[in-house]
Amino acid sequence: MSEVNTDTAQNSAIVVENLTKSFGDLKAVNNISFTIEKGSTTALLGGNGAGKTTTLSMLLGVLYPTDGTISVLGKDMLHDRYAVLERMNFASPYADLPRKLTVRQNLLVYGRLYSVAKLNERIEELAMMFEIMDFIDKPFGKLSAGQQTRVALAKALLNTPDILLLDEPTASLDPDMGDRIRSLVERYRTESKATILLASHNMQEVERLCDNVLMMRQGEIVDRGAPDALIDRYGMDNMEDVFLKVARDQDNKKTIQELQKKAKGK
Amino acid sequence: MSSFGRIYAMISRYFYILRSSWPRMIELLYWPTIQMVLWGFISHYFVGSDKHIPYVVGALLGAVMLWDMLFRAQLSVSLSFMEELWSRNIGHICVSPLRPLEWCMSMVTISFIRTVISIGPVFVLAAWFYDFNILEIGWPLVAFMINIFAMGWWLGLLITAILMRAGLGAEGLCWAITFMIAPFCAVYYPVSILPVWGQYISGLLPAAHVFEGLRALLLEQQFQSIYMVKAMALNVSYLIISIICFVWSLNHSRKVGGLLQTGE
Repeated sequence: MSEVNTDTAQNSAIVVENLTKSFGDLKAVNNISFTIEKGSTTALLGGNGAGKTTTLSMLLGVLYPTDGTISVLGKDMLHDRYAVLERMNFASPYADLPRKLTVRQNLLVYGRLYSVAKLNERIEELAMMFEIMDFIDKPFGKLSAGQQTRVALAKALLNTPDILLLDEPTASLDPDMGDRIRSLVERYRTESKATILLASHNMQEVERLCDNVLMMRQGEIVDRGAPDALIDRYGMDNMEDVFLKVARDQDNKKTIQELQKKAKGK
Repeated sequence: MSSFGRIYAMISRYFYILRSSWPRMIELLYWPTIQMVLWGFISHYFVGSDKHIPYVVGALLGAVMLWDMLFRAQLSVSLSFMEELWSRNIGHICVSPLRPLEWCMSMVTISFIRTVISIGPVFVLAAWFYDFNILEIGWPLVAFMINIFAMGWWLGLLITAILMRAGLGAEGLCWAITFMIAPFCAVYYPVSILPVWGQYISGLLPAAHVFEGLRALLLEQQFQSIYMVKAMALNVSYLIISIICFVWSLNHSRKVGGLLQTGE
């Protein structure tokens, strides 16, 4: 098993160095580097096509990088993926669970795949937590979007992952359901001290859940920092405005570099 | 233990699907039964006055059963993989700790279960309708079946490798592949009937050796083990190649992307 022998790798949950992914001439992710501390919650922000899902896919090991390295919990994801996959999990509205299987069957299958001990007890526990007991024996495909999201999150927490990757966890949910999902994620983070990385377009969600933000544009990380620090740096009222500023600014890089210099000068 | 646990997880996943759908169960039983009934009557009609009736009918029915076993074994492997594509579940599978070989093992195991469910009743009906009990072949039947299953599995794995590259656009291959090679498998006639170039192709197909062996046993009452040795050698080689193709295709998908969103 290959170990990534750096102090940074040992103390951090995720270390990404010079990560690049090209599809032909297109650089979907262009030479990005970042570190995510254990127990923190980080948001990956950016407009459509910014490279968020590509980055998440590489972190999960379903997409090989063109260049660069990814270390998760001290293991090299390119060569030693299976050493950490049991300690990770993910949920995305873009990757369904089998629709003909009932919720319980889905959770049983994935619990076995992740070698979850006392699986039935764990399923009961998650069913209570996510309030899915009423429809646990219904086929996944017959559930509403909100119910499916709760089941997908329950699946993602089956193995009590140390690292949880969420791709737009509240996309297409009504505000009430979105708020309930965010509360459940908060509760899991508090109870498990897990490291969470989420890609989101919902800035309220980011402000509420995240300690750190990585802002991507055209495959590059154009800025990073705590939500409050970013709001201050851009002189905005909230993350929504920061996001729009970064996404729309034509001379984006120059503006950001100036703002970053100013921030360092303070 | 965890490796068995993961294989069990995938087998249970495919079994739940099978169990949840009665049309699937009926479909499993329907085609092999219809095939056997049709071929049984046809063979009776054509050889009505021949003194070798029991042998000819037996050879044809035995061929029909083994052929259907090959088709079901291949189709079940391919369908298991297509279930993941249809349900857009590939992403979840690929980020789980399931290894590619464990995935292959689970597809092969569920293929065995589905094929037994599919073919078992046909054995009973053949004995009932035509007084042909394939189990009377004895141990040679085990050799025939092992080779037929193995060929179905490597064909199925090759199709999954193609599906991973081409997506569901290639799903027609799942149903077509065995029929594409059927003329060269010499299911109902000896290999010697084929033109010389066709005989070369037959020599590369394990099923052709199995059916030659079946005919030799049922028509001449001789078990010619050389046919089984050839079939087994080819099957082992192709099985290894198909697993390599499956893993290569999976790795290729990881390079070009799309596993998370692969689906209909």
